Amino acid sequence: MNTSTLPNGARGTTAVTVSRPSMQWYLTLAGVVLLIVGSLLSWCYDEGVLGNVSLNVNPGPIQVFMIVIAVLTLFFLLLRGGLFPVLDRLLDSARALRALGATATAFMVAVVIVIALQTSGLANADPGVFVALVGAALITWGSWSLASDPTVDPVSVHMRGWVDILVIVALLAIVLFGAAYALGQEDGTVFVLFLSVLGGVSLALARSGLFSWIRVIAQRHRQVLMLGAFAVAFLFPFTQNGSDANMSIATQVIIFATTALGLNIVVGLAGLLDLGYIAFLGAGAYVGATLSYSAFATIHWKPPFIVVMIIGACVSATLGLIIGTPTLRVSGDYLAIVTLAFGEIFRLAMFNLDGNNGPNLTRGPNGIPAIPDLEFFGFNFGDTHDIFGIPINRFGNYYFFLLVVAAIIILVFTRLNNSRIGRGWVAIREDEKAAEAMGVNTFGLKLFAFAGGAFLAGLAGTVKAHQDVSVTPDQYVFLESAFLLAAIVLGGMGTVAGVLIGATILKLLPEKLRFVSDYRLLIFGLLLVLIMRFRPEGLVASHRRQLEFHEEDTELAEHVEHAHLEATAGSEGTA
Amino acid sequence: MTATAHAASAPARTDPKVVLEAKGVIMRFGGLVAVDDVDMVVREGEIVGLIGPNGAGKTTFFNCLTGMYKPTEGTVTFEGSVLPPKPRAVVKAGMARTFQNIRLFGNMTALENVMVGRYCRTSAMALTSIVRGPKFRHEEAATRQRAQELLDFVGLGRTTEHLARNLPYGDQRRLEIARALATDPKLLLLDEPTAGMNPKETQETMDLIFKIRDSGLAVVVIEHDMRFIFTLCDRVLCLVRGALLVEGSPATVQSDPRVIEAYIGTGPDAPAPTPTAERPAVSLSKEEQA
Repeated sequence: MNTSTLPNGARGTTAVTVSRPSMQWYLTLAGVVLLIVGSLLSWCYDEGVLGNVSLNVNPGPIQVFMIVIAVLTLFFLLLRGGLFPVLDRLLDSARALRALGATATAFMVAVVIVIALQTSGLANADPGVFVALVGAALITWGSWSLASDPTVDPVSVHMRGWVDILVIVALLAIVLFGAAYALGQEDGTVFVLFLSVLGGVSLALARSGLFSWIRVIAQRHRQVLMLGAFAVAFLFPFTQNGSDANMSIATQVIIFATTALGLNIVVGLAGLLDLGYIAFLGAGAYVGATLSYSAFATIHWKPPFIVVMIIGACVSATLGLIIGTPTLRVSGDYLAIVTLAFGEIFRLAMFNLDGNNGPNLTRGPNGIPAIPDLEFFGFNFGDTHDIFGIPINRFGNYYFFLLVVAAIIILVFTRLNNSRIGRGWVAIREDEKAAEAMGVNTFGLKLFAFAGGAFLAGLAGTVKAHQDVSVTPDQYVFLESAFLLAAIVLGGMGTVAGVLIGATILKLLPEKLRFVSDYRLLIFGLLLVLIMRFRPEGLVASHRRQLEFHEEDTELAEHVEHAHLEATAGSEGTA
Repeated sequence: MTATAHAASAPARTDPKVVLEAKGVIMRFGGLVAVDDVDMVVREGEIVGLIGPNGAGKTTFFNCLTGMYKPTEGTVTFEGSVLPPKPRAVVKAGMARTFQNIRLFGNMTALENVMVGRYCRTSAMALTSIVRGPKFRHEEAATRQRAQELLDFVGLGRTTEHLARNLPYGDQRRLEIARALATDPKLLLLDEPTAGMNPKETQETMDLIFKIRDSGLAVVVIEHDMRFIFTLCDRVLCLVRGALLVEGSPATVQSDPRVIEAYIGTGPDAPAPTPTAERPAVSLSKEEQA
């Protein structure tokens, strides 16, 4: 009720700003102009610095970042000038401008320092860099004293459906091209700078309230968003023009994310801490390998791959049952230790089944190499195919196939989550005794979570064997389980989107940050600590978790509730 | 054993069907006898009170009835068949409980809490949940609707989407009752439903329990609030040190000297002095010092 009276007030203040934009407004505008002009000029004589910033009118990647920031700043300035009154009610332009100004300034200072360090002193810097620096400083200065304008709760704003959908499409398009662009960067320094700019811009947009608006839209149009995200994932290979390196990373990301989603059932929903989950992926991979056409395969039965997939998943699930039946009677820390041990047992067992210490099943530490590519009805996954003139290579083929597997797992996850079984799992996570006293089959459900998660991991494992070409025990070490868990915690327990994002970050960063590979674990550790400190519910919070960690915030509680009620009402309306 | 004679005579009006019958329940923890040979009969549409001083074994007896503990000796018969000591089977048979210290699913919404209570009355399994046929959707909608009805019934219809743990204390107690009712019980066991409540909330809880009884359920209540118990119950059992001391109508139990003795104890000066008279004096003196 309070918020609904706000828009009029907000409009009133913007109306004043429209009539005579303040001194600060012009100052910021001047900063934007200077930043764009500066970014179009040369920054340095040396071509080798920062991925070539030595050309006039032909900006290098870093200069493009600054232009993007300038354009965003201009957008928020126009918003403040009263160009889009509807959006102005939703977004707090002053906070966004401040964050953008700070990002631009920090970035330009960093660039000046890098130029000074990598060439011999600042003498090699061109005037352009200083023009841009002054521009960034002006934006910061001008925006610093701009008054925050009040915004409206996005839940109370209803726009036309197509506007919402347009926003989703625009967002997904940005994600697609942003990802393609980021992957295209070969230079490590440029990639890190890109990440920091991305961080700054995200912060600015978050502070403006854009993300909470998008969250509301996403809740209203869940189906559209899901389909759109799938379409983006589908279109991604077409932006890569047959690049092997990037498609290989993308395939690994999907395998990792798929496995993490399976683990999310066990950890995020049922609350069972499983530290040996990678073993189930390994079991699937070993089944895939031993039943493949590899010359080193130890079993000489070659069923079609679909059958192999099902066998792999079932073997995994059986392992889950075997390990789960005795251990699920213990809980909490004990279960974590037992599963940790199971992961090691699996690895050592695969290591030792080499014919000397037992039957020759896995060829021990040598593993099973030379696993041939998959072939469906004469379609060989190893070949490159042209679709619309764009080559789709081996990794592209696997990518598409894995996308289907991922879609199946996402479907299974979301549908189970919103059912009697999902509620039972969460109840067990919350209070097992009470759940039992309410008639929930606690042991059965826990076992099902364990075996079901293992089943999904086994499914992904069989494909992974073919994609990786070889399967060895050292691919399935404890560290991998820890990474899977980190992806879930980082992204947001119990959510699909969060785990996908977390998995992407955790798999993408090491590939792109190879030049700091020695500090990889340190960086992840810091990242996790920061996330736990500032956003304990993970990057994407399920509405339950969001309330859980910010319970003192009654406004948020009401907000989430409102959004949820609306979403359910909406889905009932469409059904 | 004189108690059973009382029990037989008390609800003699129409003598409704026996819902629950506990016979010779004994619960030993090592050398400690927590419940010592207790018999209890609950009939349809009856509100039975269970009182006794702290540590008398009331909650342990509840745990024996609901299968949380396996009684060392004795049987619990529900509607003519012996209950196995498994909480799930007990719920399925039609007996639901609440807890002395509230045990809600804190991070689920109020509605979800009640929907969990429907678990044992619904049947959707993994595959049906994934495929989502018309049967599944029908069941899901029915579950949601029933949960909402129950929330309305206990007076929480407006807090559907609140997290259980953010609800006020009294509402949490009522939510626990709603969750128990969601299992479609024939008998409801309430463990101290008004603990920590103010008089107004206690009155509301009493009205709610009458409403539940009127809808055809039998209710067993553990409570320390004697006024509450004696107004609410048709019949009261008093446990002392694990054993059944007295059973009978509220008036009988209220006036039984042994009950008073069990609560207040027997000293040389039999009716213990009430300290209320002294308290204000103490606080006054403290204020004077300050």
